[in-house]
Amino acid sequence: MAVDAGRYSLTLSRRTRRRKGVNVLMQALATLAALAAVAVLALVIISVARRGASALSWDFFTKNAATFGQSGGGVANALVGSLVIVGLATAMAVPVGILIALYVSEFAPPRVGDLVRLVLDVLNGLPSIIIGIFVYGLLVIGSGQAAWKGSFALAIIMLPLVARATQEVLALVPSTLREGALALGASRWRTVLGVVLPTSFGGIITGTVLAVARAAGETAPLLFTTSIAANAVTWDPRQPVLSIPYDIFVLSESPDPADHARAWALGFVLICFVLVTSLSARLLLVRYRKRLEG
Amino acid sequence: MEADTMNVVAPIEIAQPREAPRSASDLEIVFETRGLTVSYGKAPAVSDVDLSIYRNLVTAIIGPSGCGKSTFLRSLNRMNDLVPSAKVEGEVLYHGQNIYGDGVDPVEVRRRIGMVFQKPNPFPKSIYDNVAWGLRVLGMKDDLDSRVERALTQAALWDEVKDRLKKSAFGLSGGQQQRLCIARAIAVEPDVVLLDEPASALDPIATSKIEDLMHELKNEYTLVIVTHNMQQAARVADMTAFFSISRGEEGERWGELIEYDETEKIFTTPSANPTEDYVTGRFG
Repeated sequence: MAVDAGRYSLTLSRRTRRRKGVNVLMQALATLAALAAVAVLALVIISVARRGASALSWDFFTKNAATFGQSGGGVANALVGSLVIVGLATAMAVPVGILIALYVSEFAPPRVGDLVRLVLDVLNGLPSIIIGIFVYGLLVIGSGQAAWKGSFALAIIMLPLVARATQEVLALVPSTLREGALALGASRWRTVLGVVLPTSFGGIITGTVLAVARAAGETAPLLFTTSIAANAVTWDPRQPVLSIPYDIFVLSESPDPADHARAWALGFVLICFVLVTSLSARLLLVRYRKRLEG
Repeated sequence: MEADTMNVVAPIEIAQPREAPRSASDLEIVFETRGLTVSYGKAPAVSDVDLSIYRNLVTAIIGPSGCGKSTFLRSLNRMNDLVPSAKVEGEVLYHGQNIYGDGVDPVEVRRRIGMVFQKPNPFPKSIYDNVAWGLRVLGMKDDLDSRVERALTQAALWDEVKDRLKKSAFGLSGGQQQRLCIARAIAVEPDVVLLDEPASALDPIATSKIEDLMHELKNEYTLVIVTHNMQQAARVADMTAFFSISRGEEGERWGELIEYDETEKIFTTPSANPTEDYVTGRFG
């Protein structure tokens, strides 16, 4: 019998050529989709920066909005307002979030822990407008708006982010470390405080920073809770204050084109804040992981 | 004569000179287990162990993988409490009181019965703080510096680390880390130190340092060591317990204590066949 020449052929037949074509096509589509994500981010940043650049100035950061009918003015009250709201929300959400994470990973029976994790994920998926309405009904009706009520709404949004991020780094802490501490005659709580938490500090910071970045951009929870604000810088959380995202909305509704530019500029400020905080958080996490694993 | 023994299985060397074995009745009993069974879920990992551990001796627990020797060790200071499915039956009497009895606090148990683990597990803290942390937690804060120095000296580590006490413990070698963990365990002045294969992750030089250390430490502490290394058991232990796996009719397996005696006896004239098979290397 003659040797079958086709059997060991290493060149492409028609069928394999088609398969190869499909392969190349799908790879190209997937690559394009990934590039599109990068492109969208770049386009958003560039267009926001270009349109807002003209409005960025010293006055923009230091002055309040001009009174009706006058030109000029800035967004100082919105910047301070966001600082107050988000700062207070962080102060509320972080300790509670860490405690929840500690409960889930250190104290809860496995099944209860799973349930709490599920609840946190559901809470994380709740539309922020719903949380806004909930806080409106709970705190605002009857007594009016205040910055701290907006903070409370933001804290509800931050809570699952902080808790889940913390719980995930706690799970990275090797159980041998806990055993080492417990074998010395330390209580569970001392073990958590002295060994587990310090080990996961970097991850907790990361989770917190990401939650702050998310909360800083939330508008909906603030609509009902702290939107009718005086045109003045206030540090008092009992007063309603303006915030960056809500101010962007207000400015963009204005008939004055200069206000539109200010809205873009404020948007640019917000984007920069979110980008810088998220990126530094990721960097921190990478460094921290290396330390924990190395 | 020598040539004959060369051809048979080489006898295990019991190298370290020890004082003549005292008779068991002279010795103070630290632990006495009675019908101790530890199960994970429904399957017993180790079943019906009756064993007495004596003060200021090194007791080795040897046996093949899966014979429950680590489980047994961890039941002596209630480390099994951390495994939700673990269930303990029978009694572990520590100086006469059942550590699983009512009103016994596991934290207090572990404070008296320390433990060193298979893999070195220093805390992510400085060398000094690794030793000092337990002291601070237990309120032994007077003279912290000298307590730390004493523990590190006892663990034969002081000379190697005295110039870098503030540096991270992660910078130490594996053997140094393990001696640091021993220093950490003895700093809080326990009564007993349990060692769960303390040298299995270490190279031979680091291993021999740990073994030397055990000879020193038994003057002050009661040591119980789990090891899969028979030579190690022969070198360091006064008493040796041999655990093995038993199989039931339906294929279930559990660990059992087969024989417990003076180390020399276990390794030279064991009374049970499985022990002889194991120590001569015929199985396991």
